[in-house]
Amino acid sequence: MMDAGRHPNIELMTYTEIENITGYVGNFHVTVRRKARFVDESECTACGDCVPVCPVIRPNEFEMGLSTRRAIYIPFPQAVPAAYLINIDECLGDVPIACGKCLEACDKKCIDFDMKDRIERFEVGAIIVATGLDVFDPTGLDEYGYTRYPNVITSLEFERLISAGGPTEGHFIRPSDRKQPKRIGFIQCVGSRTEISPDGPNPDGSRGHPYCSNICCMNTVKDSLLLKDHYPDTEITVFYMDIRAFGKGFEDLYRSSKEKGVRYVRGLPGKIREDPTTHNLLVTVENTTAGRLETHELDMVVLSVGFVPPEDGHIKKLLTLSNTSDGFLLEAHPKLRPVDAPAKGVFFAGCVESPKDIKDSVTQASAAAARAQRLLNKDRVSVEAITAWVDHDLCTACGICVKVCPYGAITADPKQKIKAVVTEASCAGCGACAAECPQDAIVMRNFTDLQIMAQVEAALAENPEEKTLVFACNWCSYAGADLAGVSRLQYPANTRVVRTMCSGRVDEDFVWRAFELGAAMVLVSGCHFGDCHYMTANHHTQKRVDKMWDRMERWGIRPERLQLEWISAAEGQKFARVMREIEEMRRQVTREEIEETKAIIAKRWRKRRK
Amino acid sequence: MPDEELRIGVFVCECGRNIAGTVDVETVRRYAESLPGVVTSQVNRYTCSDPGQAQIRKAIAEHKLNRVVIAACSPSLHQPTFRACLRQAGLNQYLLEMANIREQVAWVHMREPDAATYKAQETVKMAVARARYLRPEQEMEVPVTKAALVIGGGIAGIQAALDLADAGHKVYLVEKEPSIGGKMAMLDKTFPTMDCSI
Repeated sequence: MMDAGRHPNIELMTYTEIENITGYVGNFHVTVRRKARFVDESECTACGDCVPVCPVIRPNEFEMGLSTRRAIYIPFPQAVPAAYLINIDECLGDVPIACGKCLEACDKKCIDFDMKDRIERFEVGAIIVATGLDVFDPTGLDEYGYTRYPNVITSLEFERLISAGGPTEGHFIRPSDRKQPKRIGFIQCVGSRTEISPDGPNPDGSRGHPYCSNICCMNTVKDSLLLKDHYPDTEITVFYMDIRAFGKGFEDLYRSSKEKGVRYVRGLPGKIREDPTTHNLLVTVENTTAGRLETHELDMVVLSVGFVPPEDGHIKKLLTLSNTSDGFLLEAHPKLRPVDAPAKGVFFAGCVESPKDIKDSVTQASAAAARAQRLLNKDRVSVEAITAWVDHDLCTACGICVKVCPYGAITADPKQKIKAVVTEASCAGCGACAAECPQDAIVMRNFTDLQIMAQVEAALAENPEEKTLVFACNWCSYAGADLAGVSRLQYPANTRVVRTMCSGRVDEDFVWRAFELGAAMVLVSGCHFGDCHYMTANHHTQKRVDKMWDRMERWGIRPERLQLEWISAAEGQKFARVMREIEEMRRQVTREEIEETKAIIAKRWRKRRK
Repeated sequence: MPDEELRIGVFVCECGRNIAGTVDVETVRRYAESLPGVVTSQVNRYTCSDPGQAQIRKAIAEHKLNRVVIAACSPSLHQPTFRACLRQAGLNQYLLEMANIREQVAWVHMREPDAATYKAQETVKMAVARARYLRPEQEMEVPVTKAALVIGGGIAGIQAALDLADAGHKVYLVEKEPSIGGKMAMLDKTFPTMDCSI
């Protein structure tokens, strides 16, 4: 921590939020908001003279609310930077009649109530996302009584209670009577390895998540050893379903815990009751090794809480990152590119990608740094030649492309009749402009109308009435289809897939041509809203498909024959299911209906084209 | 239609038994040979292997290929591999098209070998149709700003920032809380070494 604070090459920006990130690999423009601390960070010596005079007392977040802090505070003694700050929402203010006492107490005069948030901008070539984790809140598991029984605590509260730097200076006491507990139980997998189903008792995940949080077993083993170290006569019972001690040195630690007398009971308690007079806890558990129901009277219970992914939708959206189904970030490839984001120039480190311990976080961080250096050590980097250009012989300067471009990469002026121009460096290659251009004046390199139309025609040259034509976006739906394959999920073999970079590239013409050729069903599939690799390009997909459904209704074609689905890269199951569902629909489409559609399209669409 | 004469080479990968276990690759190869513009159609055991790639480079030279269609796995897996192979053979890498007959054919229709073989043929047909219109493309080169942004000042962010900074790069380490340290700073001791977290 200290090293990072004083490294000459590191500009440390704490109490700072990312406002905006634009640009692309090698050339990101970052805007940050440096929130006002109201204490000059460079002048403050962390002497602490301001603290005793502050009359506002609040729970100390770092100590999990187990002690208090003032409105002017330092998060913890070893904080970097070692500087105080004022929580201005709690502070009474600097008007002398209200308070302003800290101003008088500060000899260095580094408190400044006029300080404002500062917006700063800078350029970077690579970005490492290390936004970490949140800890599972066990409130939803009512049977453990976390909010009702004072002596039921979480493993993070345990850390603060046993820490020499914590609120009790390392004297391990229980909250109800501040006495040292003799019988302590640990309950494992709290919030981890839990079923979630939309109709079950845990639809929103408030009772936990399906994945293993990776660290809780070893954390409890470590906690048991700390207790045995400090208080050898403590009776410790660990309730578990499996102990996962898979890392280097872990098994030794687990063995040593058992050798020191820690009892491991296989079985997760169904309920905790409290004796209202002693505040002792009665834990009922099915000991599955012994095959009997047991009740343990304990002085204190520690809930070994798991990880949940951080709530950071803003950064995800700015960098067009996606989640796997567990809520952690989706990597470019789970084995071959585990620290790369699908977006070029962006890398992951730590728990934001999956729950992991300190060693793995450090390892992944070094890997991410190495991957970033691989980019930063180059003077120039090439970007894929999937960009748009405008044929000025066809362009009428209508300006529609300017409106649909999520990157503001196109300029045109309908009033002055200035034709559209694409700034290649800003174009990310979604193709929404090419799909929307009424003149077909925009050419998407490597995904041209001609190339895609050729695929559509080849796919439907034989037995089109037996087929479903699928347009799948490269980043989500096509990857979802790949995952269905990797998972060996079987679905009907009459699907033909056309890959585009984004579902926003799917031109109306492609769909009408497919129906004109006799396709029974057409599916357009892309990323979920908010997950689109091209920010909002899939909103244009939705609008376009809505428009096509209206037209189909008017023209007398059943709109059901055009389907729209959002399928993420992690949703192989969904891709296979959608294919099976569409096959059911396809069976309802008769040859007569197809012939009728062909005639309608020939009349309506061909007329419009002219 | 492109100006030059089309000379398309099709390479059908067995991927061991991964593809060949379900899809009749010889049928696909023969079918590909019949498609307009295709001058050679060959089967590889593992197209991505060195011998597989050597076979492609040899065919490019021998048959003067100006388009390459590889029927194998997903482009997300080996498109970079085969693009490099084309570059080595002196062909623009955008003249490559992949037909995904593994993830989206062989592995998802394992119980219907005939239907899978038919779909593989058509997938190759679609790829060849598209390949006819592929054009050599030039990639744009952009300069790289020699600085990095690290979002989050927990243990992972700190380590990444230090590694980059030690390597001589400017790093902006952005943390939303008033101090770096993250969740790790709250821990007393850490496993497996039982040492202090800060």
